[in-house]
Amino acid sequence: MLSADSGHGDMPATTNDCVFAGVRIERGGSVILDDINFALPKGSVTAVIGPSGAGKSTLLHALTGELQPTRGSIEILQHAMPRNNRGLMAIRRCIGVLLQGNGLLSDLTVAENIALPLRVHTKLKDVVIRRVVELKLNAVGLRSAMGLYPRELSGGMARRVALARALALDPPLMLYDEPLTGLDPIAVGVIVSLIGRLNKTLGITSIVITHHIHESLSIADNVLVIANHGIAFHGSPDQLKASTDPLLQQFLRGEPDGPIPFDAKRQAVLTGA
Amino acid sequence: MKQSVASIGNTGRFLFTIFCASRPRRDFLTDLIAQLYSVVVRSLPIIAVGGAFVGMVMTLQGYRTLSTYGATNSVGTLLGLSLYRELGPVLTALLFIGRAGSSMAAELGLMKATDQIAALSLMAIDPVAKTVVPRFWAAIIGMPLLCGFFCSFAIVAGYIEAVYLLGLDGGYFWSALQSSVDFIDDFVVAFIKCAVFGLIGALMATYTGFNAEPTIEGTSVATTQAVVNGSLLVLVFNFILSATLFK
Repeated sequence: MLSADSGHGDMPATTNDCVFAGVRIERGGSVILDDINFALPKGSVTAVIGPSGAGKSTLLHALTGELQPTRGSIEILQHAMPRNNRGLMAIRRCIGVLLQGNGLLSDLTVAENIALPLRVHTKLKDVVIRRVVELKLNAVGLRSAMGLYPRELSGGMARRVALARALALDPPLMLYDEPLTGLDPIAVGVIVSLIGRLNKTLGITSIVITHHIHESLSIADNVLVIANHGIAFHGSPDQLKASTDPLLQQFLRGEPDGPIPFDAKRQAVLTGA
Repeated sequence: MKQSVASIGNTGRFLFTIFCASRPRRDFLTDLIAQLYSVVVRSLPIIAVGGAFVGMVMTLQGYRTLSTYGATNSVGTLLGLSLYRELGPVLTALLFIGRAGSSMAAELGLMKATDQIAALSLMAIDPVAKTVVPRFWAAIIGMPLLCGFFCSFAIVAGYIEAVYLLGLDGGYFWSALQSSVDFIDDFVVAFIKCAVFGLIGALMATYTGFNAEPTIEGTSVATTQAVVNGSLLVLVFNFILSATLFK
Protein backbone atom coordinates (compact mmCIF):
# COMPACT_ATOMS: atom_id res chain seq x y z
CA MET A 1 0.00 0.00 0.00
CA LEU A 2 1.41 3.32 -1.02
CA SER A 3 0.04 6.79 -0.44
CA ALA A 4 2.36 9.38 -1.87
CA ASP A 5 2.61 12.81 -0.25
CA SER A 6 1.03 11.58 2.97
CA GLY A 7 2.44 11.86 6.45
CA HIS A 8 5.05 14.53 5.69
CA GLY A 9 4.78 17.16 8.43
CA ASP A 10 2.55 20.07 7.44
CA MET A 11 1.87 18.85 3.91
CA PRO A 12 -1.84 18.16 3.31
CA ALA A 13 -2.58 14.47 2.96
CA THR A 14 -3.32 13.69 -0.70
CA THR A 15 -4.34 10.27 -1.93
CA ASN A 16 -2.99 9.28 -5.28
CA ASP A 17 -5.12 6.94 -7.39
CA CYS A 18 -2.38 6.23 -9.88
CA VAL A 19 1.36 6.11 -9.19
CA PHE A 20 4.09 5.18 -11.68
CA ALA A 21 7.57 4.84 -10.14
CA GLY A 22 10.52 4.34 -12.51
CA VAL A 23 8.39 2.32 -14.91
CA ARG A 24 9.77 0.81 -18.09
CA ILE A 25 7.40 -0.77 -20.60
CA GLU A 26 8.65 -2.93 -23.44
CA ARG A 27 6.83 -4.39 -26.41
CA GLY A 28 8.33 -7.07 -28.61
CA GLY A 29 11.76 -6.49 -27.10
CA SER A 30 11.84 -2.72 -27.76
CA VAL A 31 11.49 -0.10 -25.05
CA ILE A 32 8.37 1.99 -25.61
CA LEU A 33 8.35 3.95 -22.36
CA ASP A 34 11.23 4.33 -19.89
CA ASP A 35 11.71 5.92 -16.49
CA ILE A 36 8.09 7.01 -16.17
CA ASN A 37 7.37 8.72 -12.84
CA PHE A 38 4.13 10.44 -11.92
CA ALA A 39 1.41 10.44 -9.30
CA LEU A 40 -2.16 11.46 -10.12
CA PRO A 41 -4.27 12.74 -7.21
CA LYS A 42 -7.68 11.28 -6.47
CA GLY A 43 -10.49 13.15 -8.18
CA SER A 44 -8.28 14.85 -10.77
CA VAL A 45 -8.62 14.93 -14.55
CA THR A 46 -5.33 14.24 -16.32
CA ALA A 47 -4.89 14.75 -20.05
CA VAL A 48 -2.23 12.53 -21.62
CA ILE A 49 -1.10 14.01 -24.91
CA GLY A 50 1.77 13.44 -27.29
CA PRO A 51 2.62 12.68 -30.89
CA SER A 52 1.38 9.51 -32.60
CA GLY A 53 3.48 6.50 -31.72
CA ALA A 54 4.89 8.15 -28.60
CA GLY A 55 3.44 5.48 -26.31
CA LYS A 56 0.11 6.90 -25.09
CA SER A 57 -1.81 3.72 -25.83
CA THR A 58 1.02 1.69 -24.28
CA LEU A 59 0.54 3.76 -21.13
CA LEU A 60 -3.17 2.86 -21.19
CA HIS A 61 -2.33 -0.83 -21.54
CA ALA A 62 0.00 -0.51 -18.54
CA LEU A 63 -2.76 1.20 -16.55
CA THR A 64 -5.16 -1.69 -17.22
CA GLY A 65 -2.55 -4.37 -16.54
CA GLU A 66 -2.51 -5.64 -20.13
CA LEU A 67 1.20 -4.78 -20.22
CA GLN A 68 3.38 -5.35 -17.18
CA PRO A 69 6.41 -3.14 -16.51
CA THR A 70 9.82 -4.72 -16.96
CA ARG A 71 11.18 -2.25 -14.42
CA GLY A 72 9.63 -0.08 -11.71
CA SER A 73 6.20 -0.35 -10.13
CA ILE A 74 2.63 0.72 -10.85
CA GLU A 75 0.02 1.37 -8.19
CA ILE A 76 -3.64 1.75 -9.04
CA LEU A 77 -6.14 2.84 -6.39
CA GLN A 78 -3.52 2.36 -3.67
CA HIS A 79 -2.84 -1.23 -4.70
CA ALA A 80 0.20 -2.59 -6.49
CA MET A 81 -0.73 -3.71 -10.02
CA PRO A 82 -1.37 -7.46 -9.71
CA ARG A 83 0.42 -9.84 -12.05
CA ASN A 84 -1.97 -12.79 -11.76
CA ASN A 85 -5.21 -12.99 -13.75
CA ARG A 86 -7.50 -13.10 -10.70
CA GLY A 87 -5.92 -9.97 -9.22
CA LEU A 88 -6.13 -8.16 -12.56
CA MET A 89 -9.81 -9.04 -12.92
CA ALA A 90 -10.45 -7.72 -9.39
CA ILE A 91 -8.75 -4.39 -10.07
CA ARG A 92 -10.40 -3.99 -13.48
CA ARG A 93 -13.79 -4.00 -11.77
CA CYS A 94 -12.71 -0.69 -10.23
CA ILE A 95 -11.56 0.82 -13.53
CA GLY A 96 -13.89 2.08 -16.24
CA VAL A 97 -12.37 2.15 -19.72
CA LEU A 98 -13.80 3.98 -22.71
CA LEU A 99 -12.13 2.49 -25.76
CA GLN A 100 -11.58 4.39 -29.00
CA GLY A 101 -13.59 1.74 -30.87
CA ASN A 102 -16.29 1.76 -28.13
CA GLY A 103 -16.33 -2.07 -27.98
CA LEU A 104 -20.12 -2.27 -27.71
CA LEU A 105 -21.34 -5.85 -28.20
CA SER A 106 -23.12 -5.77 -31.55
CA ASP A 107 -25.66 -8.51 -30.72
CA LEU A 108 -26.90 -6.74 -27.57
CA THR A 109 -29.11 -3.67 -27.32
CA VAL A 110 -27.90 -0.46 -25.68
CA ALA A 111 -29.63 -1.40 -22.42
CA GLU A 112 -28.22 -4.95 -22.49
CA ASN A 113 -24.72 -3.60 -23.14
CA ILE A 114 -24.88 -1.33 -20.10
CA ALA A 115 -26.48 -4.04 -17.97
CA LEU A 116 -23.77 -6.57 -18.88
CA PRO A 117 -21.15 -5.64 -16.20
CA LEU A 118 -23.94 -5.32 -13.62
CA ARG A 119 -25.32 -8.78 -14.45
CA VAL A 120 -21.86 -10.36 -14.29
CA HIS A 121 -20.41 -8.61 -11.23
CA THR A 122 -23.47 -7.99 -9.02
CA LYS A 123 -26.42 -9.97 -7.74
CA LEU A 124 -28.87 -7.14 -8.31
CA LYS A 125 -32.37 -8.10 -9.41
CA ASP A 126 -33.36 -7.46 -13.01
CA VAL A 127 -35.71 -4.64 -12.04
CA VAL A 128 -32.92 -2.86 -10.13
CA ILE A 129 -30.49 -3.36 -12.99
CA ARG A 130 -33.02 -1.84 -15.38
CA ARG A 131 -33.32 1.20 -13.11
CA VAL A 132 -29.52 1.59 -12.92
CA VAL A 133 -29.29 1.34 -16.72
CA GLU A 134 -31.92 4.07 -17.04
CA LEU A 135 -29.95 6.28 -14.65
CA LYS A 136 -26.69 5.74 -16.53
CA LEU A 137 -28.32 6.45 -19.88
CA ASN A 138 -29.97 9.51 -18.39
CA ALA A 139 -26.54 10.72 -17.26
CA VAL A 140 -25.30 10.66 -20.85
CA GLY A 141 -28.56 12.01 -22.29
CA LEU A 142 -29.61 8.87 -24.16
CA ARG A 143 -32.48 7.42 -22.16
CA SER A 144 -34.60 7.07 -25.29
CA ALA A 145 -31.98 4.84 -26.98
CA MET A 146 -32.39 1.86 -24.61
CA GLY A 147 -33.83 -0.54 -27.17
CA LEU A 148 -31.55 0.37 -30.05
CA TYR A 149 -28.69 -1.80 -31.32
CA PRO A 150 -25.15 -0.33 -31.64
CA ARG A 151 -25.43 -0.42 -35.45
CA GLU A 152 -28.37 2.00 -35.22
CA LEU A 153 -26.36 4.64 -33.31
CA SER A 154 -24.30 7.55 -34.65
CA GLY A 155 -20.60 7.75 -33.69
CA GLY A 156 -21.27 10.28 -30.93
CA MET A 157 -24.21 8.31 -29.52
CA ALA A 158 -22.20 5.06 -29.52
CA ARG A 159 -19.41 6.83 -27.64
CA ARG A 160 -21.90 8.06 -25.04
CA VAL A 161 -23.39 4.57 -24.64
CA ALA A 162 -19.88 3.15 -24.20
CA LEU A 163 -19.28 5.85 -21.57
CA ALA A 164 -22.48 4.87 -19.76
CA ARG A 165 -21.37 1.21 -19.80
CA ALA A 166 -17.90 2.12 -18.50
CA LEU A 167 -19.63 3.95 -15.62
CA ALA A 168 -22.06 1.12 -14.87
CA LEU A 169 -20.18 -0.17 -11.81
CA ASP A 170 -19.39 3.38 -10.55
CA PRO A 171 -15.63 2.94 -10.93
CA PRO A 172 -13.38 5.29 -8.93
CA LEU A 173 -10.95 5.49 -11.87
CA MET A 174 -11.92 6.20 -15.51
CA LEU A 175 -9.60 5.81 -18.48
CA TYR A 176 -10.55 7.40 -21.79
CA ASP A 177 -8.69 6.27 -24.92
CA GLU A 178 -9.05 8.92 -27.63
CA PRO A 179 -12.65 9.72 -26.60
CA LEU A 180 -12.96 12.58 -29.11
CA THR A 181 -11.52 10.92 -32.21
CA GLY A 182 -13.85 10.67 -35.20
CA LEU A 183 -16.57 12.88 -33.71
CA ASP A 184 -18.09 16.08 -35.10
CA PRO A 185 -17.51 19.33 -33.15
CA ILE A 186 -20.87 19.17 -31.39
CA ALA A 187 -20.30 15.56 -30.30
CA VAL A 188 -16.79 16.55 -29.15
CA GLY A 189 -18.30 19.30 -27.01
CA VAL A 190 -20.87 16.86 -25.58
CA ILE A 191 -18.25 14.24 -24.64
CA VAL A 192 -15.86 16.85 -23.15
CA SER A 193 -18.64 18.33 -21.04
CA LEU A 194 -19.77 14.84 -19.96
CA ILE A 195 -16.24 13.86 -18.87
CA GLY A 196 -15.89 17.10 -16.89
CA ARG A 197 -19.37 16.88 -15.38
CA LEU A 198 -19.05 13.21 -14.40
CA ASN A 199 -15.69 13.92 -12.82
CA LYS A 200 -17.09 16.76 -10.73
CA THR A 201 -20.34 15.05 -9.70
CA LEU A 202 -18.99 11.55 -9.04
CA GLY A 203 -15.53 12.56 -7.78
CA ILE A 204 -13.79 9.97 -9.93
CA THR A 205 -10.21 10.18 -11.13
CA SER A 206 -10.04 10.50 -14.90
CA ILE A 207 -7.17 9.94 -17.31
CA VAL A 208 -7.89 11.15 -20.84
CA ILE A 209 -5.58 10.00 -23.61
CA THR A 210 -6.20 12.32 -26.53
CA HIS A 211 -4.94 14.24 -29.53
CA HIS A 212 -7.51 16.98 -28.99
CA ILE A 213 -5.26 19.26 -26.94
CA HIS A 214 -7.34 22.39 -26.57
CA GLU A 215 -10.63 20.61 -25.81
CA SER A 216 -9.03 18.36 -23.20
CA LEU A 217 -7.07 21.18 -21.54
CA SER A 218 -10.35 22.92 -20.79
CA ILE A 219 -11.32 20.18 -18.31
CA ALA A 220 -7.87 18.92 -17.22
CA ASP A 221 -6.21 19.57 -13.85
CA ASN A 222 -2.93 17.94 -14.96
CA VAL A 223 -1.26 17.37 -18.30
CA LEU A 224 1.20 14.64 -19.16
CA VAL A 225 3.05 15.02 -22.44
CA ILE A 226 4.58 11.76 -23.68
CA ALA A 227 7.43 12.03 -26.18
CA ASN A 228 10.77 10.36 -26.89
CA HIS A 229 9.95 7.26 -24.74
CA GLY A 230 9.33 9.36 -21.64
CA ILE A 231 7.44 12.19 -20.01
CA ALA A 232 8.31 15.48 -21.71
CA PHE A 233 6.07 17.53 -19.43
CA HIS A 234 3.97 17.06 -16.28
CA GLY A 235 2.13 20.03 -14.86
CA SER A 236 -1.00 22.13 -15.07
CA PRO A 237 -2.54 23.31 -18.36
CA ASP A 238 -1.44 26.89 -17.59
CA GLN A 239 2.15 25.75 -17.02
CA LEU A 240 2.03 23.89 -20.33
CA LYS A 241 0.77 26.96 -22.20
CA ALA A 242 3.50 29.12 -20.56
CA SER A 243 6.27 26.64 -21.37
CA THR A 244 8.97 27.79 -23.77
CA ASP A 245 10.11 24.24 -24.58
CA PRO A 246 10.29 24.08 -28.41
CA LEU A 247 8.88 20.54 -28.48
CA LEU A 248 5.84 21.51 -26.40
CA GLN A 249 5.32 24.67 -28.41
CA GLN A 250 5.49 22.74 -31.67
CA PHE A 251 2.94 20.28 -30.35
CA LEU A 252 0.61 22.97 -28.97
CA ARG A 253 0.71 25.02 -32.19
CA GLY A 254 0.58 21.99 -34.48
CA GLU A 255 3.66 23.04 -36.43
CA PRO A 256 4.70 20.48 -39.07
CA ASP A 257 8.46 20.82 -38.48
CA GLY A 258 10.54 21.37 -35.36
CA PRO A 259 12.04 19.12 -32.68
CA ILE A 260 9.70 16.46 -34.06
CA PRO A 261 10.80 16.64 -37.73
CA PHE A 262 8.47 16.51 -40.72
CA ASP A 263 10.70 13.92 -42.40
CA ALA A 264 9.88 10.53 -40.91
CA LYS A 265 13.36 9.16 -41.76
CA ARG A 266 15.05 12.03 -39.91
CA GLN A 267 12.76 11.40 -36.95
CA ALA A 268 13.74 7.73 -36.89
CA VAL A 269 17.45 8.69 -36.89
CA LEU A 270 16.96 11.27 -34.15
CA THR A 271 15.10 8.85 -31.89
CA GLY A 272 17.59 6.10 -32.60
CA ALA A 273 14.94 3.78 -34.07
CA MET B 1 6.78 -28.95 -37.94
CA LYS B 2 7.56 -26.99 -34.78
CA GLN B 3 4.73 -24.58 -35.63
CA SER B 4 2.28 -27.46 -36.17
CA VAL B 5 3.11 -29.00 -32.80
CA ALA B 6 2.74 -25.59 -31.14
CA SER B 7 -0.61 -25.13 -32.88
CA ILE B 8 -1.88 -28.52 -31.62
CA GLY B 9 -0.70 -27.63 -28.12
CA ASN B 10 -2.39 -24.22 -28.24
CA THR B 11 -5.63 -25.78 -29.48
CA GLY B 12 -5.53 -28.29 -26.62
CA ARG B 13 -4.89 -25.50 -24.14
CA PHE B 14 -7.78 -23.52 -25.61
CA LEU B 15 -10.07 -26.57 -25.17
CA PHE B 16 -8.98 -26.78 -21.53
CA THR B 17 -9.73 -23.05 -21.13
CA ILE B 18 -13.21 -23.59 -22.58
CA PHE B 19 -13.94 -26.42 -20.13
CA CYS B 20 -12.63 -24.30 -17.22
CA ALA B 21 -14.80 -21.37 -18.34
CA SER B 22 -17.91 -23.61 -18.64
CA ARG B 23 -19.17 -22.71 -15.19
CA PRO B 24 -22.80 -21.89 -14.43
CA ARG B 25 -23.35 -18.12 -14.60
CA ARG B 26 -26.29 -15.80 -14.68
CA ASP B 27 -26.84 -15.40 -18.43
CA PHE B 28 -25.49 -18.76 -19.58
CA LEU B 29 -28.87 -20.28 -20.48
CA THR B 30 -29.96 -17.16 -22.39
CA ASP B 31 -26.68 -17.09 -24.33
CA LEU B 32 -26.89 -20.85 -25.01
CA ILE B 33 -30.46 -20.63 -26.34
CA ALA B 34 -29.49 -17.70 -28.59
CA GLN B 35 -26.58 -19.72 -29.98
CA LEU B 36 -28.75 -22.86 -30.38
CA TYR B 37 -31.11 -20.76 -32.48
CA SER B 38 -28.20 -19.45 -34.52
CA VAL B 39 -26.51 -22.86 -34.90
CA VAL B 40 -29.43 -25.30 -35.17
CA VAL B 41 -32.48 -23.42 -36.40
CA ARG B 42 -30.64 -21.36 -39.00
CA SER B 43 -28.85 -24.47 -40.30
CA LEU B 44 -32.10 -26.39 -40.82
CA PRO B 45 -32.78 -25.35 -44.45
CA ILE B 46 -29.34 -26.47 -45.70
CA ILE B 47 -29.55 -29.68 -43.65
CA ALA B 48 -33.06 -30.47 -44.95
CA VAL B 49 -32.20 -29.86 -48.60
CA GLY B 50 -28.83 -31.63 -48.30
CA GLY B 51 -30.37 -34.62 -46.52
CA ALA B 52 -33.22 -35.00 -49.01
CA PHE B 53 -30.94 -35.04 -52.04
CA VAL B 54 -28.41 -37.40 -50.42
CA GLY B 55 -31.29 -39.77 -49.57
CA MET B 56 -32.61 -39.65 -53.12
CA VAL B 57 -29.23 -40.24 -54.78
CA MET B 58 -28.44 -43.11 -52.38
CA THR B 59 -31.79 -44.71 -53.17
CA LEU B 60 -31.28 -44.31 -56.91
CA GLN B 61 -27.74 -45.72 -56.94
CA GLY B 62 -28.69 -48.50 -54.50
CA TYR B 63 -31.70 -49.47 -56.62
CA ARG B 64 -29.61 -49.66 -59.81
CA THR B 65 -26.88 -51.76 -58.20
CA LEU B 66 -29.20 -54.04 -56.21
CA SER B 67 -31.49 -54.63 -59.21
CA THR B 68 -28.57 -56.48 -60.87
CA TYR B 69 -28.83 -59.07 -58.09
CA GLY B 70 -32.60 -58.90 -57.78
CA ALA B 71 -32.32 -57.49 -54.28
CA THR B 72 -34.08 -54.15 -54.72
CA ASN B 73 -36.10 -54.75 -51.56
CA SER B 74 -32.90 -54.16 -49.57
CA VAL B 75 -32.77 -50.51 -50.61
CA GLY B 76 -34.09 -49.57 -47.14
CA THR B 77 -31.25 -51.51 -45.49
CA LEU B 78 -28.63 -49.84 -47.67
CA LEU B 79 -30.05 -46.38 -47.05
CA GLY B 80 -30.42 -46.82 -43.28
CA LEU B 81 -27.02 -48.34 -42.60
CA SER B 82 -25.05 -45.98 -44.85
CA LEU B 83 -26.85 -42.95 -43.46
CA TYR B 84 -26.61 -43.74 -39.75
CA ARG B 85 -23.14 -45.23 -39.84
CA GLU B 86 -21.27 -42.81 -42.10
CA LEU B 87 -23.05 -40.36 -44.36
CA GLY B 88 -25.41 -38.78 -41.83
CA PRO B 89 -22.83 -37.74 -39.22
CA VAL B 90 -20.08 -36.85 -41.73
CA LEU B 91 -22.18 -34.87 -44.21
CA THR B 92 -24.08 -33.11 -41.42
CA ALA B 93 -20.74 -32.15 -39.85
CA LEU B 94 -19.34 -30.86 -43.15
CA LEU B 95 -22.49 -28.85 -43.88
CA PHE B 96 -22.54 -27.60 -40.29
CA ILE B 97 -18.90 -26.49 -40.42
CA GLY B 98 -19.49 -24.74 -43.75
CA ARG B 99 -22.51 -22.84 -42.44
CA ALA B 100 -22.25 -22.45 -38.67
CA GLY B 101 -18.50 -22.99 -38.13
CA SER B 102 -17.52 -20.31 -40.63
CA SER B 103 -20.09 -17.99 -39.09
CA MET B 104 -18.70 -18.60 -35.57
CA ALA B 105 -15.12 -17.90 -36.68
CA ALA B 106 -16.15 -14.75 -38.55
CA GLU B 107 -18.23 -13.46 -35.62
CA LEU B 108 -15.40 -13.96 -33.13
CA GLY B 109 -12.82 -12.50 -35.54
CA LEU B 110 -14.96 -9.40 -36.05
CA MET B 111 -15.57 -9.09 -32.32
CA LYS B 112 -11.82 -9.02 -31.87
CA ALA B 113 -11.27 -6.53 -34.70
CA THR B 114 -13.92 -4.17 -33.29
CA ASP B 115 -12.57 -4.19 -29.71
CA GLN B 116 -15.53 -6.17 -28.33
CA ILE B 117 -13.29 -8.91 -26.91
CA ALA B 118 -10.91 -6.28 -25.45
CA ALA B 119 -13.87 -4.42 -23.92
CA LEU B 120 -15.10 -7.59 -22.19
CA SER B 121 -11.67 -8.26 -20.78
CA LEU B 122 -11.36 -4.67 -19.55
CA MET B 123 -14.76 -4.99 -17.83
CA ALA B 124 -13.31 -8.00 -15.96
CA ILE B 125 -15.66 -10.31 -17.88
CA ASP B 126 -14.03 -13.53 -19.10
CA PRO B 127 -14.33 -13.22 -22.91
CA VAL B 128 -14.04 -17.00 -23.37
CA ALA B 129 -16.96 -17.62 -20.98
CA LYS B 130 -19.11 -14.95 -22.62
CA THR B 131 -18.36 -15.48 -26.31
CA VAL B 132 -16.83 -18.94 -26.84
CA VAL B 133 -18.52 -21.23 -24.29
CA PRO B 134 -22.15 -20.73 -25.50
CA ARG B 135 -21.11 -21.33 -29.12
CA PHE B 136 -19.08 -24.41 -28.18
CA TRP B 137 -21.86 -26.14 -26.22
CA ALA B 138 -24.52 -25.12 -28.75
CA ALA B 139 -22.50 -26.92 -31.44
CA ILE B 140 -22.09 -30.08 -29.33
CA ILE B 141 -25.82 -30.16 -28.47
CA GLY B 142 -26.94 -29.02 -31.93
CA MET B 143 -24.95 -31.40 -34.11
CA PRO B 144 -26.77 -34.62 -33.06
CA LEU B 145 -30.10 -32.82 -33.50
CA LEU B 146 -29.10 -31.68 -36.98
CA CYS B 147 -27.92 -35.19 -37.83
CA GLY B 148 -31.32 -36.49 -36.75
CA PHE B 149 -32.99 -34.03 -39.11
CA PHE B 150 -30.54 -34.89 -41.91
CA CYS B 151 -31.20 -38.64 -41.65
CA SER B 152 -34.96 -38.13 -41.34
CA PHE B 153 -35.13 -35.99 -44.46
CA ALA B 154 -32.88 -38.42 -46.33
CA ILE B 155 -35.00 -41.46 -45.39
CA VAL B 156 -38.31 -39.76 -46.17
CA ALA B 157 -36.99 -38.50 -49.53
CA GLY B 158 -35.55 -41.97 -50.27
CA TYR B 159 -38.88 -43.59 -49.37
CA ILE B 160 -40.84 -41.24 -51.63
CA GLU B 161 -38.47 -41.90 -54.52
CA ALA B 162 -38.35 -45.67 -53.94
CA VAL B 163 -42.11 -46.12 -53.64
CA TYR B 164 -43.57 -43.48 -55.96
CA LEU B 165 -40.88 -43.26 -58.67
CA LEU B 166 -39.12 -46.62 -58.67
CA GLY B 167 -42.20 -48.69 -57.81
CA LEU B 168 -40.83 -50.54 -54.75
CA ASP B 169 -43.10 -51.77 -51.99
CA GLY B 170 -43.37 -49.37 -49.07
CA GLY B 171 -43.80 -52.15 -46.51
CA TYR B 172 -40.59 -53.85 -47.62
CA PHE B 173 -38.74 -50.53 -47.47
CA TRP B 174 -39.71 -49.86 -43.85
CA SER B 175 -39.32 -53.43 -42.62
CA ALA B 176 -35.83 -53.72 -44.19
CA LEU B 177 -34.87 -50.43 -42.54
CA GLN B 178 -36.27 -51.45 -39.16
CA SER B 179 -34.71 -54.90 -39.11
CA SER B 180 -31.23 -53.82 -40.19
CA VAL B 181 -30.69 -50.67 -38.14
CA ASP B 182 -29.82 -51.39 -34.50
CA PHE B 183 -30.73 -48.76 -31.94
CA ILE B 184 -27.48 -48.96 -29.92
CA ASP B 185 -24.96 -50.07 -32.54
CA ASP B 186 -26.09 -47.72 -35.32
CA PHE B 187 -28.39 -45.02 -33.99
CA VAL B 188 -26.67 -44.17 -30.67
CA VAL B 189 -23.17 -44.49 -32.13
CA ALA B 190 -24.16 -42.07 -34.92
CA PHE B 191 -25.14 -39.49 -32.31
CA ILE B 192 -21.92 -40.03 -30.36
CA LYS B 193 -20.03 -39.37 -33.58
CA CYS B 194 -22.09 -36.24 -34.15
CA ALA B 195 -21.32 -34.85 -30.69
CA VAL B 196 -17.59 -35.45 -31.31
CA PHE B 197 -17.82 -33.77 -34.72
CA GLY B 198 -19.68 -30.86 -33.13
CA LEU B 199 -16.85 -30.50 -30.62
CA ILE B 200 -14.23 -30.60 -33.37
CA GLY B 201 -16.06 -28.10 -35.60
CA ALA B 202 -16.77 -25.72 -32.73
CA LEU B 203 -13.24 -25.98 -31.34
CA MET B 204 -11.65 -25.19 -34.71
CA ALA B 205 -14.10 -22.33 -35.39
CA THR B 206 -13.78 -20.71 -31.96
CA TYR B 207 -10.01 -21.22 -31.71
CA THR B 208 -9.27 -19.67 -35.10
CA GLY B 209 -11.84 -16.88 -34.64
CA PHE B 210 -10.82 -16.00 -31.10
CA ASN B 211 -7.12 -15.94 -31.99
CA ALA B 212 -7.52 -14.19 -35.35
CA GLU B 213 -5.46 -11.12 -36.22
CA PRO B 214 -7.73 -8.16 -35.39
CA THR B 215 -8.03 -7.10 -39.03
CA ILE B 216 -10.40 -7.82 -41.92
CA GLU B 217 -7.77 -10.07 -43.51
CA GLY B 218 -7.27 -11.87 -40.18
CA THR B 219 -11.00 -12.58 -39.98
CA SER B 220 -11.01 -13.91 -43.52
CA VAL B 221 -8.03 -16.21 -42.81
CA ALA B 222 -9.67 -17.45 -39.60
CA THR B 223 -12.90 -18.29 -41.42
CA THR B 224 -11.06 -20.28 -44.08
CA GLN B 225 -8.94 -22.09 -41.50
CA ALA B 226 -12.03 -22.96 -39.45
CA VAL B 227 -13.69 -24.65 -42.43
CA VAL B 228 -10.59 -26.39 -43.85
CA ASN B 229 -9.14 -27.62 -40.54
CA GLY B 230 -12.55 -28.55 -39.15
CA SER B 231 -13.57 -30.53 -42.25
CA LEU B 232 -10.26 -32.43 -42.43
CA LEU B 233 -10.34 -33.28 -38.73
CA VAL B 234 -13.93 -34.53 -39.05
CA LEU B 235 -12.86 -36.93 -41.82
CA VAL B 236 -9.85 -38.15 -39.79
CA PHE B 237 -11.88 -38.64 -36.62
CA ASN B 238 -14.66 -40.33 -38.59
CA PHE B 239 -12.25 -43.08 -39.53
CA ILE B 240 -10.98 -43.41 -35.96
CA LEU B 241 -14.50 -43.53 -34.51
CA SER B 242 -15.78 -45.94 -37.18
CA ALA B 243 -12.85 -48.25 -36.50
CA THR B 244 -13.42 -48.23 -32.74
CA LEU B 245 -17.17 -47.78 -32.19
CA PHE B 246 -18.80 -50.08 -34.79
CA LYS B 247 -18.77 -53.83 -34.31
